[in-house]
This record gives sequence, structure tokens and C-alpha cells, in this order.
Amino acid sequence: MAERSFAKEVKHLRLGEGDVFRGEGILAVTKALLQSGVSYVGGYQGAPISHLMDVLADAQGILGELKVHFEASASEASAAAMLAASVNYPLRGAVTWKSTVGTNVASDALANVASSGVKGGALVIVGEDYGEGSSIMQERTHAFAMKSQMWLLDPRPNLTSIVDAVERGFELSEASNTPVMLELRIRACHVYGSFTAKENVTPAFTLSDAMENPTRDYSRVVLPPSNFVHEIEKVERRWPAAIEYIKTHKLNEFLGGHKGDIGVIVQGGLYNTTIRALQLLGLANSFGETDLPIYCLNVTYPLVDDEVKGFCLDKKAALVIEEGQPEYIEQSLNMILRNADLQTRVIGKEALPRAGEYTGQVIQEGLREFLGQHAPAMLNNAASLAVTNLNKNERDDVAKTVPQRPAGFCTGCPERPVFSAMKLVQKDIGKFHVSCDIGCHLFSILPPFDIGNTTMGYGLGWAGASAFNAEARQRTVSVMGDGGFWHNGLTSGVGNAVFNKNDNVLVIVDNGYAAATGGQDILSSRADNKTRNTNNPIARAVRGMGVTWLKEVNTYNVGEMKSVLKDAMTTAAEGPKVIVAQSECMLNRERREKPIRMKAIANGKRVVRARFGVDPDTCTGDHACIRISGCPSLTIRDNPDPLRDDPVAWVNNDCVGCGVCGENAHAAVLCPSFFRADLIYNPSRLDKLKVGIRSAIIGFLQARRDKAREKYSFGVPS
Amino acid sequence: MSDARSIKIAVTALGGQGGGVVADWIVKLGERCGYIAQATSVPGVAQRTGATVYYVELFPAHAAKEKGKAPVLALMPVPGDVDIVIAAELMEAGRAIMRGFVTEKTILIASSHRDYAIAEKIAMSDGRESGDKVIAAAEKAAGQFIHADMAVAAMSAGTVISAVLFGALAGSGILPMPREDFEQTIRDTGRAVENNLCGFAEGFRIAAARKSENPQSTPPVETAQPSRTVASLIERLKREFPPATHYILCEGLKRVVDFQDIRYAELYFDRLAEILATDRAAGGDAREWRLTEKAGKYLALWMTYDDAIRVADLKTRASRFQRFRDDVRADDGQIVNLSEYLHPRVEEVCDILPAWVGRSILKSDALRKLLRALLGEGRRVSTTKMRGFLPLYFLASLRFMRRISYRYGVEQQRIIHWLSSVKSEAPQNYALACELAGSQRLIKGYGDTHERGLANFNRIMEKLDQIKKEEDAADALAGLVEAALKDEDGIALNAALKRLDQKPSAAA
Repeated sequence: MAERSFAKEVKHLRLGEGDVFRGEGILAVTKALLQSGVSYVGGYQGAPISHLMDVLADAQGILGELKVHFEASASEASAAAMLAASVNYPLRGAVTWKSTVGTNVASDALANVASSGVKGGALVIVGEDYGEGSSIMQERTHAFAMKSQMWLLDPRPNLTSIVDAVERGFELSEASNTPVMLELRIRACHVYGSFTAKENVTPAFTLSDAMENPTRDYSRVVLPPSNFVHEIEKVERRWPAAIEYIKTHKLNEFLGGHKGDIGVIVQGGLYNTTIRALQLLGLANSFGETDLPIYCLNVTYPLVDDEVKGFCLDKKAALVIEEGQPEYIEQSLNMILRNADLQTRVIGKEALPRAGEYTGQVIQEGLREFLGQHAPAMLNNAASLAVTNLNKNERDDVAKTVPQRPAGFCTGCPERPVFSAMKLVQKDIGKFHVSCDIGCHLFSILPPFDIGNTTMGYGLGWAGASAFNAEARQRTVSVMGDGGFWHNGLTSGVGNAVFNKNDNVLVIVDNGYAAATGGQDILSSRADNKTRNTNNPIARAVRGMGVTWLKEVNTYNVGEMKSVLKDAMTTAAEGPKVIVAQSECMLNRERREKPIRMKAIANGKRVVRARFGVDPDTCTGDHACIRISGCPSLTIRDNPDPLRDDPVAWVNNDCVGCGVCGENAHAAVLCPSFFRADLIYNPSRLDKLKVGIRSAIIGFLQARRDKAREKYSFGVPS
Repeated sequence: MSDARSIKIAVTALGGQGGGVVADWIVKLGERCGYIAQATSVPGVAQRTGATVYYVELFPAHAAKEKGKAPVLALMPVPGDVDIVIAAELMEAGRAIMRGFVTEKTILIASSHRDYAIAEKIAMSDGRESGDKVIAAAEKAAGQFIHADMAVAAMSAGTVISAVLFGALAGSGILPMPREDFEQTIRDTGRAVENNLCGFAEGFRIAAARKSENPQSTPPVETAQPSRTVASLIERLKREFPPATHYILCEGLKRVVDFQDIRYAELYFDRLAEILATDRAAGGDAREWRLTEKAGKYLALWMTYDDAIRVADLKTRASRFQRFRDDVRADDGQIVNLSEYLHPRVEEVCDILPAWVGRSILKSDALRKLLRALLGEGRRVSTTKMRGFLPLYFLASLRFMRRISYRYGVEQQRIIHWLSSVKSEAPQNYALACELAGSQRLIKGYGDTHERGLANFNRIMEKLDQIKKEEDAADALAGLVEAALKDEDGIALNAALKRLDQKPSAAA
């Protein structure tokens, strides 16, 4: 079960002709797929398209009715390869993943499907992961589109345009026998808006039709001589066909005014931000009406030469608003114009930054510079933007005061104790090299753990340390999540280590989900999933690969975690050593259990809830406990003792009672301040009886001592 | 081109705080009141405790209708173009100011409570940033600034901070929608409606009253009369010590009496009397008796070192039993069972044994091993059950023989040594003497933490002669103490001591 349930939202997928659809961009894309009569959908989760996978997972019912097969692919490569179904058959299919990281993984299959070409529309929906919350922000999907010659759509970020892009995308793909990529930036994926829906379409030709009446076309297979033909096809047939379709169906838009000798060429995805910037310069209204001519590229690859020439013909300069680098669009624009001997100046990165997200601020400054250069008059009624009335020192002061706040392990996260244990082991046997992977566990590189040297990609944690397979007094540790393990780590990491007689240590964090991407189920998930085969233990797969030294540990038992890790690092046993560190992702567990617990309590059932605490009078404010845990709910507050200088630790009310802070206090022999409190709801008679007796005796003894203490009384209850 | 514009609202929060809930409510509110709503966020960050921004734009639907066109709305806030900023935590308000979202056209609604960032929490002393700077900046930067500890308000209403913030938004009157629509929006969600409405009302009240409520910590007020024995001590305090020192010394007195007994308190005063004499000789009255006050504070802390007897005593008190119930927010009369995480080591046991016993055990490896075997690993002791309570209760009663315990002797020796160096320093360098007194703060905690702190303290004391040679010796010492509190591995301290050694003055 994913982190977020769309059970309610998927009802919107049933909306019919003329109904108004309200929801997230990703949900709109799903609806558009159904309206396009798609036969199969696959993909691999990852921000910003995780929700697309989650929505589809929750929409199995509707998908079944429409004969749509949805696959939660093992990796982006599996997803991309799925498009092979559209090579021989008139089947529309869509796959999705986070780009560019996912596109890197998918490239092999993409190169092949792009070579074969497609009969049925093939759509690759990529979440362009650029700017805030991105991982490899310096790369562009644009490069992949160019290298494999797949068309790249970058629609305006409103639901109507996005839905339109999906539907047109399939047509474009079929018209040009080429897979099409649809690029959505993170905020477009999550933008809440509305559009007018159409009826869903059941595909005329279904997967079963194809399976029952297989056809093959030798010329589609990527093997000489066909693939040489494919290359010629690409340039002589598919490209012109695409250009023709884009032109006749006006996929690119000429917006804004038609007068003047300057203009703006913008990626569709940046249109809204550009309009807002123009608005702030007093050059556009809330409806995007402006005198400035705008050529909006909803298709950023390929460019349509005629449209470009037509737009620039009467212009002395055009500003290209293109996010990321290299500036492929700017380069091709220059080439198109120079070849056509048009002297329009193309201003791109000279007015806009080479790196970084194009925010409203950034684009506004770019426009100011461009207009200042080429049409200063337009800036006359530029409303000067309200700026903060803090002077520089005051701003710097705030900047110095406000602490960094990167994402980190959640409260009660079962991965935290793994790294607490690592810290403790390093205290015993000295520092060691740690190769990290992609997943929540990568938060180990941040304080308070500061553990981890490199991360080479999803599932590549152990491969990232494979060079360190040499004689040495210290072993290396690699970390891999269960998500990465099934994505490819089983072969690229474990298989590789076994085959090459690696003598180092791998810790697989087995929390039951692909947690970082939103808690989707995977092969080893403990949950029963009606539509998927789960409960396949990681340990079995690892043994199957030939690993003999394997231990399974409950991560919350820091002491055991520590001793197993130390054992793995120091054992005389040769060969790869694998530790499967298990405990369910707390985020998902709480989401499942909390409502059940609440219900039970409400229904008068006996429930025990554990949570932790720190005694302020025994805590001396050293915060060692926080340095080896870092749990958000383990925080600090003023020291009640006027004589002590430092704040005391305390456990706030978000505590989910995982017990790691207490376990750490034990494992690290910290201090006696931690306690676990078991709160009993709806106690049984026995509970009440026991407590009655106990508190009678304890109360008596305490009263006795309080009495004795009275002779020391300062008048205030001590 | 003047025309209908959208209302631009940024909600800044940290993941899991419910900033998204506020954004959702604003969207629903807008839609029920005739606005076209658009909202965006970056959930990945939002989910996992990172700082994040939710952004909402509301555009009057009628304007779009008249125009027959949909408005073009932005997907992220533009600095200088945000009408309302709602910050779910004080530093996130600061971040919004940093990012330029807050200008004089902006109304800033912020919860003034603090969720400390990891960098603030992991400091070995006090790493907290001051919120006052942010509040001052906000006062100046924002057109209107409404702030209160909404976390407390939420807690008392038994709800989440989102409800209080939403209430404050309504109460600010900045949005044209009536209160009823806000409340109906909450009702429509059908989740925890009553509590949310309760929190909403509290937020509404705060904003409507424009009250800036900041939690103030008030010093405890002495109510009843002190006991006769204690009264005589207080008498002595007033008789012998200057008023400037009374507050701290009285706190010290409480602590020492609570730790042992009246006789111990007299010892505390006897030691302080000597310090006072030195202080007076060094012209302390012109210096508000800084030395006496500082020594009084840290002497009390040192004399009340944390041994097993004290821990057992504090853990078994009735007052503590009430406190932990409040800490874990137990309902009245609810059964709460407690387990303490205790990890007594050989050292802690020897500490409280008669000096000669303790010493001989610590000396003999065999006995150490045996005792370690007996103690085993760390244990969980349930102080709410007889099995756990009685041993601790007994342990606490051992205070009568504390004076003959091993640790007692050791600590008194250390204290005497420390005080004498303070006293001998005062005449030549008053400031240095004060710093010396203050350097006791390095010694705190249990087990390794205590050993580390003591070791650092000693390392610094060994260098005292060199430190004296510095032209600002007090400053130098303060710097070393600070360095010792920088990191666990003593990297900063090593570097600082190295620098000290390399000083030519040290060579002389």
C-alpha cells in the first residue's frame, strides 16, 4: 500500500464527456490516458511521477473494465522495454518514470524501440526532475530525446494543455511511427487545477487480440540489415511526418501580440512563469494577454523550421527561455536562422542563467535585461516590484539565524538505528569506507550521522565499492535499500560481489516498501497485495545468488545490530557478507495502524501505547543521545534547573514509541534519563487491581520520604 | 493593464507539519466562494521533515467568466509578489523572509514556536538560534505580522497546527470570505471536525485580537515557609553573602540540601565564604561579585555530582511520578507503566560503595570482571512495579553513607583542587578566576560522557600556566572551553591546545 491512497480521487477517472475534472496534474494525465484508449501502462515510481503509479495502482478496477494492463515495472528499463508491444501491433501504451535518473536506466530499451519504430502510439511520460527536490538536476531529458530521436512534448502547465498533450502525443507517435516523450516538471505534476473531461475509450484492438493473433515484421527487428534501414527511415520518413503533424495540428502556439520587432520563444512548461514575469513588468494581464509576440514550444524537439523562420522573419531579436544546459534549443534556433540567412539575434543564456531553476524572479530579470537591450520603451510602465524593506545587515542576520533544514529520516524510522549502530561500531573498530545507495537511507550522509562517501545510483550501492576488493586491515560497508535491491542490486551488487569473490560487507535495509518513492510495494513487501506477488524474502534471493555469510537483524535492536555489523567487519570468514536489516517503514506502519488503534480505543478494547520520555533532572544537556539518533521527536527544551546552562533533551508528542532512543542509551551506555511509558487504554480489571495495590504501596513509601524531606523544605515543593 | 488579479498565498512549513492540509483547505475555501484555485507543492521534500513551500493562487471566477478566458496562474511564489505568507514554525517564517516572499504588501501569519533543526540539537552545549532576530525582522519586513505559539494553542485544542493557522488566516480578515465558509470547509472534510474547529476558533481569536503571544518563563515563586533548619541556612546566606548573589546561591543551596543534607549545605557555604573573601579582596563589590556568584553556581553543580544514589532518588519521587504523566500526556487516572533504561557499569557501582571497597574492586581486574558479569548488559527497570521500585528506593536511601563512598572522596578532592586554583588566580586576574570557576560546565553527564568532559577539563587545567601567559588569559580559557564543547572527538580542542603550544609566549 502506497504512502498516499488515491482511492477517493480515482472516482474522477470515471467522469464522462463534459464533466469538469478537478485534481492534481498527475491524476489528469491518468484520465487522459484512459481517454486515449491506452492498452497498457507501466513505469517505475519516483518523484515527481510516483503519484501517477499510485493512482494507477488504486485504479485497477477501472483499468480492468477498460481492458488496460497496468504493470508496476521492476525498473525503468523493464518499463521502457514494455513499449515493444507497440512495435508490431496497433496498441497504445504509456510508460512513466523520474527523469533523468530513470531515463538513464531505460536508455538501452529506448534506443531499441526508437530504432524499430512503433505502429501503436507509444508515450513516455517523464517527471522532469529539475530544481527543488531534484537529484541529478544538471541533466536534461532533451538530450535523450535527441540521441534516440524521440519527440519531446513540454506542454503549458495547466490541466487542459497537459491532457491535450497526452492525446496529441499518441497521434503524433502513430503519425510518425516514433515513441514520444512527454515532459512534466515537478510542480506541473502536482499542480491542482481543472479541465473538461471526455469519455474513456476501450481500445479497439486489445492485448489479447495481439497475443491470439501474433504477427511479425522482420523489418522491425533491430539487427542488420533492418537497423540500417531504420536509420534512414528516421531521417527520411519519421522526421518529416512528425514535422507535418506538429504543423497541421498546431501543437506549438503563437500567443501574445503580432506587432513589434522582438519576441519571446519559450518552452511550454515555462509559459506560466513567463507570463507572471511579464505581468509584474506591466506587460501582460492575468489572462496572459500581451503585445509581446510569444512562440510557445509545446514540442521542444524537433523544432519546426518553418514556424521558427516565420516567427523571426520580422524580428531583430528573440529571447529564448530554455531551462537547463546545454542550450540545445538556442543552438538549433541559431542554426535554423543562419541557414535561412535570417539575422535575428537569438538571446538565450546571455540574458538568463546557465544553471538553476527558472523561477519567476529569474525569468523577470532575464526579460528586463532583454527588453532593456532591445526595446527599452517597453519597460517604461514596468511596475517596480515591492522589495523587502530590510537592509543588507538585517537580511544577512536572518540568513545566519535560519538553520538549514534538509529532508531527513522520519520519526521512528527503522533505518536510523542502522546508522546509530554503524557510528557505535566505528567507535570500536575505527572508521570505514561506506558506499551509499539511493533511498531514504541516503539521509545517513547528513548530520547527525555523517556516514557515507559516494552514491552511484539506484541499487548500485555495493557495485560502488567493488573496487575496494583488496587486501586491507579494514573492510568496507555498502548500503542498499530493498527498493534498490530489487531494481538491480541483486545482480549488479550481490551477483557481482559473489562472482568476484568480494570480501566486504553489504547492509540491505529491508523496510518492506520502496519507501523513498512513496511506500510502494515490492517483491519482499510483507503486505498481501491482491494484484501483486509479495512476501518474497530478500534473504532467499541473496542465498540463491550464492552468498553464505548472511544475517537477518531487527534494526530496532541497536545492540544486536551493532554486534552483527561488528562481527561482519571482523570475522575471519572470507567472501561477501550480507546483513538484511529489517523493520517496517514507520511512516507506512503508522498510517496503517494508527486508525486501527484509535478505533480499538474508541470501541473500549484494551490497548497499550508506548512512548518515550527523558527526565529533565537527570539529563545534563550533553545531547549525545541526539547525536546518535537524530529522531525528529527527540528534541530539546529549556533546562528547568536555573543552575544548568544547556537545554535538556525531551521527547515531544510525535513520538511513535519505536524505542530507538532507549536502545541507543543502552548500546552507547549514555545516561539513565530515558524511560518508556506504556499508556494503557481501557484497562482490564486485573490491570486496575495490580495498579491499585502497587500505587498504594509505592504511594505510601513516597509519602514517607517526602515527609522526611520536609525538614529540608524551602517552602516550594521540591 | 490593470485587471482582476489572483490572491497569492505561500504556506511555509516543515514536512509532516500539515502545511499541505492548510493549502488544501484554502483551495476548497476558494472554490466554495467563487474562486478558481490553483495549488502546487514539492511533496518529496514535504513528506520527510524538510523545509517546504506550498503555494496557492485564488482568482475570481466571475472575472474569468466575463472575459471568457482562463487566467494564467503561476506555479511558484515570486519574491515581492506574495499577499499572504503562513509559516507553521518561526524559522520557516525567517526562511520566507530570506526568500523575499515577505514585503510590506504581505501579511505574515506565523507560529512563534520552535522546531529545532538538527544542527541546533546536536550541539554539546546550547546550539539554539535566537528566534528574536526573526521576529524583529518580521515586524519590520511584513505589512502585518500576526504571531503566537500556535503549537501550544493546537495542543490545548487537541488538534494539529493547521487548524490554528487556518483560524488565524480567517481571523486576520485579509481574505474576503466570511468565517462560516472557513468553518464549513473544515466540516466538509469530515475528519476530526470538532477538534479542528476548536483549534480554528483559537487561531481566529489570536489573529482577531492581533495579540502577539510569546511564551514567558516565570521564575518559581516561594509560597510556604521554609523549614526551621533551612531557615537558618537562608539566614546565613543573607547574613554572609551580598544580595547580588542571593538568587543563584539560594538555588545552589536548594540543590545541595536536596542532594545530601544540612551539613553538606554548611560545607557549601564554608567553601563559598572563602571564595567571597578572595572576591572581596579582589574588589568584588565593584564587579557585582561575579566570582562568588559564578563559583556558587558551579560549586553547587559539582557538589551535587550525579551518582546512582541521586539518580535512584530522583527517579522514585512522587513529584517525578506526576511529572512523567504530564510529559507523556496521560489522561487523568490513566494507567501508565514505566520502564527506565539503566545501564549501571562497574564504575557506577564502585562509586557508591565504601571508598576502600570501591577502590580495591577498581584495582583488581578479577573483581571487575566478576562484578561486570553480575551486572550484565543494560537493563530495563520498571519503577511503577514493586520489582523495580523497591531496589531504586533502597538505593536512594544509601545517601546516609554517601560520605564514605568512593566517588564522594574523589569528587571532594577534585573540588578542593579546582577551588584553590580559582582562589589563587583571583588576586592577579579576576576575569580568569571567573572563567576558571565557569569551566566546571565541561563536567557533566554519565559514563563516557562524564569521562570525556572530565578529561577535557583536566587537559585544559594542565595548560593553566601557559594560558596565564596569554595577554587575555580569561579569553584564552573561555576559547578552550568552547572548543571542548565543539565536538565529541576533541578535534577542535586538540587544535586549540596545539595553537596554544605554538604560541611563542608559551615557549618562554
